[in-house]
Amino acid sequence: MTSKTGSKKSESKKTGAERKFRVVGTRPIRHDGWDKVLGRAVFGADIKLPGLVHGAVLRSPYAHARIVKIDLSKAEAAPGVLAVMTGADMPIAASKVLDLGEEVTNAVFASDRVMARTKAVYKGHPVAAVAAVDHNVALEALRLIEVSYEVLPHVVTIEQAMAPGAPLVHDDLVGSDIGERVEHTNVADHIRYEVGDPEAAFAEAATIVELECRVSRAHQGYIEPQNATALWHQDGKLTVWTSTQGSFSQRNSLSSVLMMPASSIKVVPMEIGGGFGGKIGIYLEPLAAILSRKCGHPVKLVMERRDVFDATGPGPGGIIRVKMGVDAHGVITAATADIRYGAGAYPGASINPAAVCVFACYRVPNARIDAYDVVINLSKTAAYRAPGSPQASFATETVVDEICRRIGMDPAEFRLLNATRGGDRRTDGPTFPRIGNVETVEAIRGSAHYRAKLGRASSPTKKRGRGMASGYWQGIGNKSTVTINVNNDGVVSLIEGSADIGGTRTSIAMQAAEILGIAAEDVHPAVVDTDSIGYTDLTAGSRTTYATGAAAIQAAEQVVEEMKKRAALVWETDEANVRFADGVFTNGAAKNQHLTFKELCGKLDTTGGHVSTTGVVNIRGSGGGSFATHLVDVEVDTDTGKVEILRYTAAQDAGKAVHPAYVEGQMEGGAVQGIGWALNEEYVVGDDGVMQNATFLDYRMPTSLDVPMIDTIIVEVPNERHPFGVRGIGETCIVPPMPAISNALRDALGVRLTELPMKPGRIMAALQAQAGP
Amino acid sequence: MPTVFIAIPLRRLTGGQATVQVAGATLRQVIERLESSFPGIAERLVDPDDPDKLAVGLAAIVDGEATVLGLRQPLEPGSEVHFLPAIAGGASDRRRGCRRI
Repeated sequence: MTSKTGSKKSESKKTGAERKFRVVGTRPIRHDGWDKVLGRAVFGADIKLPGLVHGAVLRSPYAHARIVKIDLSKAEAAPGVLAVMTGADMPIAASKVLDLGEEVTNAVFASDRVMARTKAVYKGHPVAAVAAVDHNVALEALRLIEVSYEVLPHVVTIEQAMAPGAPLVHDDLVGSDIGERVEHTNVADHIRYEVGDPEAAFAEAATIVELECRVSRAHQGYIEPQNATALWHQDGKLTVWTSTQGSFSQRNSLSSVLMMPASSIKVVPMEIGGGFGGKIGIYLEPLAAILSRKCGHPVKLVMERRDVFDATGPGPGGIIRVKMGVDAHGVITAATADIRYGAGAYPGASINPAAVCVFACYRVPNARIDAYDVVINLSKTAAYRAPGSPQASFATETVVDEICRRIGMDPAEFRLLNATRGGDRRTDGPTFPRIGNVETVEAIRGSAHYRAKLGRASSPTKKRGRGMASGYWQGIGNKSTVTINVNNDGVVSLIEGSADIGGTRTSIAMQAAEILGIAAEDVHPAVVDTDSIGYTDLTAGSRTTYATGAAAIQAAEQVVEEMKKRAALVWETDEANVRFADGVFTNGAAKNQHLTFKELCGKLDTTGGHVSTTGVVNIRGSGGGSFATHLVDVEVDTDTGKVEILRYTAAQDAGKAVHPAYVEGQMEGGAVQGIGWALNEEYVVGDDGVMQNATFLDYRMPTSLDVPMIDTIIVEVPNERHPFGVRGIGETCIVPPMPAISNALRDALGVRLTELPMKPGRIMAALQAQAGP
Repeated sequence: MPTVFIAIPLRRLTGGQATVQVAGATLRQVIERLESSFPGIAERLVDPDDPDKLAVGLAAIVDGEATVLGLRQPLEPGSEVHFLPAIAGGASDRRRGCRRI
């Protein structure tokens, strides 16, 4: 399969499943396309309800401060103010771990994070909230709330937080040091994996490279800010309309934080304007709920962009040291990694997936991985596309590049020599099933880009370089439910609980259509609330097309079985005689008796009535996850440090691409986010612990002018755990860009950039250091 | 019989052994037999509030994929079982919840 859109190119390397598809692998127009393009899709901020009132949140101006006193009297007396709340109104949640899929947190910390009680632990930490007749009245009321703070010393870097005698973010944090309880610490967790004897292997290694890399925290940069509208009903039930990646995981979080039964909460997922992992946790929802309970009205809260940067979770920054040794033939013999991530003000940085992914692309017989989850006085980090993997892989892939340079081996050949394959044991223990790691490297090696010459720089002060990097994300499976209702006109309604962030309505509908033998357009998908579908885990972990798709297949297969019975009634024959293929039912016991799916739907009322089925899955794991390899050409202006991406090619294993355009879109989007993290994006935090660049003008995300058209190569190594071979593909694509660009800069300039972002100032400093005094 | 890979934090309970072969047709049986050989290990592996669940923050990877059946996960004679941290840690010392809305 090859497609071209503009100058983009997409190729497909089929290496497995020979099943013939009619719908899967095509590119139908997305079902929600018209509403999205015409502005008719309803997002959380669009909600209008009878009696709706508006809220606003007062946030701490300090990174770390004890709340001495809050005087609400003037705000409560202000005209138009309907309710005011503080942390004193929050239930005291039980200390209980909430597993939210890609994100895990303790309910106590989740509760504290949404509203401070005794002290604020990050700038932007909510300390009070107001509901009023309109938004302006609510904002004015915030100015009437008097808060007395005792400002405390803060820690905003990993070094500060881990230093002896450092100020403690939490007096009551209990950390774990490889299973041993630790008190009075900012290190929430230290985990370790070890295989073989790395020290002995390093002693025998022919070449060893060690690098320490630093990565800034980076925000997902979704366009739509967090929002929530809540109505506390008279009967004690709660309805929440919100922008979320997981309505059921959000229901669980609200249940724990509000201390009410999950069954009393209905979460209505609105259209979502981007998430990338950042819309898993709860922020405004409990505050809107409590304000609604106090004032009796539905209450809407919407964040400003400043609040999104200050008070929601970006991906963590970190310090990652990787050491790797190879023998005289370039075979990896040992590696160690020391991974330290700044979790923000509450524990839960993605250190475990980092440890799983850091060496996943390579066979490493002797390895040790230490990973630390460090709390600091910045907003709690959240999942961000392959959470934990990009930062750790940045170190691994730059070390690999340095080794290739030292031993004079082509980076693709090095990867093919050392790549993990099915049956290989991961450094954290388990073995891989069939995976497509080697195939993505081969796809890049066989690409036109790889064969093309770099070409001359466009001016004498500019230099060009090429870099390659690989990456991995493991993904998850878990629970999904899909209901299919068959209509008399042959169109089926597909009801699901997976928030649609990247076109999953269509990719799931296509899998049902494939089984039913009908067009994707004849499946009408709908994402519904938590009262209207069975439990469905969140849209994250690259799981939705994979797991909810499997539920859709199961529901569709049940429909086919029921429709066979109906056909048997029509033909007055035994059900065993009815065959179904390519959307047509055939009576095997008679000549010329055929009914298309649609024709048979027209006979439902006379064969027993409507058909409705439900597919329920709880899938173990992802089937090995997805690997990617990227290749990038850059041109660097040595006078200014500006980097231009000249050409970019991304290859990734999709197992089976259900909707190739969506797969390409994920690969391109991940690459662009990675380019931003590589070159520009960072939290600039002042000495006061406050982010200095909390606007999209100052937080420099790439625009269409910053990136080239991205060539994509879809590799298809079937996933043995999915009926069609599908793999989740939404996340791996952000892992390779940062090291690929660092490797390209190394190629262009002869200097190694080890700190992200590799912005012009850092590049100029590296060039000046290279030139010497 | 199934092979159990012991995570580093638990190896002090197994005398430093990184792998142990334990008979059992389910994860529960394996953990019960581990406990008889290495007293104290079960309380690190099983949720004290729900004997059907793994301890919070722990995942059991059976033959390469995380179990979704908890201690009821069936095992084959050649199964590999890994007990791995499922999450980043950190707990609060505060008392369990005591105030409702």
